[in-house]
Amino acid sequence: MHRSITVTVNGQSRTAEVEPRMLLVYFLREVLDLRGVHVGCDTTSCGVCAVLLDGVPVKSCTMFAVQADGRSLTTVEGLASNGQKHAVQEGFKEEHGLQCGFCTPAMMLVASALLEENANPSESEIRWAISGNLCRCTGYQNIVKAVQHAAATLNPQPASGRTT
Amino acid sequence: MFPSQFEYLAPTTLEEALSLLAEHAEDAKVLAGGQSLIPLMKLRFAAPAMIIDINGVPGLSHLQEDRRGRGYLRVGALVRNAALERSELLKSRYPTMAAAAPLISDPLVRNQGTLVGSLVHADPQGDWGSVLLALEGEVVAKSTSGERRIPATSFFDGPFTTVLRSDELAVEARVPAPGPRSFGTYLKLERKVGDFATVGVAVSVSTERGVVTRAGIGLTGVGPANIKAVDAEQALVGHRLTGKAIQQAAHLAAAASEPRSDVRGSADYKREVVRVYVARGLHQAFDAKAA
Repeated sequence: MHRSITVTVNGQSRTAEVEPRMLLVYFLREVLDLRGVHVGCDTTSCGVCAVLLDGVPVKSCTMFAVQADGRSLTTVEGLASNGQKHAVQEGFKEEHGLQCGFCTPAMMLVASALLEENANPSESEIRWAISGNLCRCTGYQNIVKAVQHAAATLNPQPASGRTT
Repeated sequence: MFPSQFEYLAPTTLEEALSLLAEHAEDAKVLAGGQSLIPLMKLRFAAPAMIIDINGVPGLSHLQEDRRGRGYLRVGALVRNAALERSELLKSRYPTMAAAAPLISDPLVRNQGTLVGSLVHADPQGDWGSVLLALEGEVVAKSTSGERRIPATSFFDGPFTTVLRSDELAVEARVPAPGPRSFGTYLKLERKVGDFATVGVAVSVSTERGVVTRAGIGLTGVGPANIKAVDAEQALVGHRLTGKAIQQAAHLAAAASEPRSDVRGSADYKREVVRVYVARGLHQAFDAKAA
């Protein structure tokens, strides 16, 4: 019943034998030991298990690991590069974008995907992007500020103001 | 939570997918976006012995208009809701669909979930079913024995049930192109982003010289399946979109709904929301026509 899959995770190729019923979130946490991927509701509601699949945010509790065969995944462990925090991580630090921290890895991944696509998002575009991610501390205000901080760092002189 | 064991097959051609379905029809479930199927499997409401993952099947990702004849929109089985949400074609030509797409679940689910998968899942609280009923779309089903086109009006057979045979694969949804003076929208009441609809209403109207020539009204979450409010539609055809005609259609749509009281609201409340949303959608149609 096991199946061999090869997935590029945070830039590294990883091969493993998995049962088809293994959910991607457990593959990442328990097989690859990437504990930054969290399990929250486990019912496709809260978004704390979000990872980037070929750059696109998805809920890893609602996908089988075998579906990721041949694809590329990014988890929070892959956000920093060469010892440098990602601008989104810096933004969350500077703007107190986290309280308990449980939703933070997913929030940062979703934010980084948004900024890849839209370098200068409006507040409502940021709120749209994180609308599938719950923060039970309800710290949304500072999460939005953190993403704005990251956008300003990545794109210091935005072109003419973009509106929704 | 983890599902029961299953065998996983990932066909790489449509022919292979169809023959696998023909061979294992009763035991197999098709996996596309998986955003309804996988949660059901985790809760063990579904425990298929085999999963046929069609994500590697080419030729199912098209989102395009066929301009032959009256013309129609083709939505392939692997078109994600996120693609529908971003589609300029939908924004310019298919306003009911363009309004519905951003209201499907949440952005992460929309990155995976598909329109065709939602239709096949046939959740009475699914939004696309009502939209397809209002627009009089159809589902294209293929099997090893051929292809058939199933009108949305006969596709849904009850809660989570369709007339799709177990050896058939829904490969595409089709929606007729709107006439020159057409308008539509989708209004959805939800407690929060990602929740199922408390009530959803799909509206689509075509007019000629101010007179309604075609009206489509679909209702979400207020019955054992998506409902096409036929009496309300017929009451509009041949009439101008006056306040009186709109109120009458809204009353008929509310009367066609069969809501049940639950955590999202009482039956009376939901019926009233149907009335208000149908009226609001039609008034928007009137305003768009006047503009």
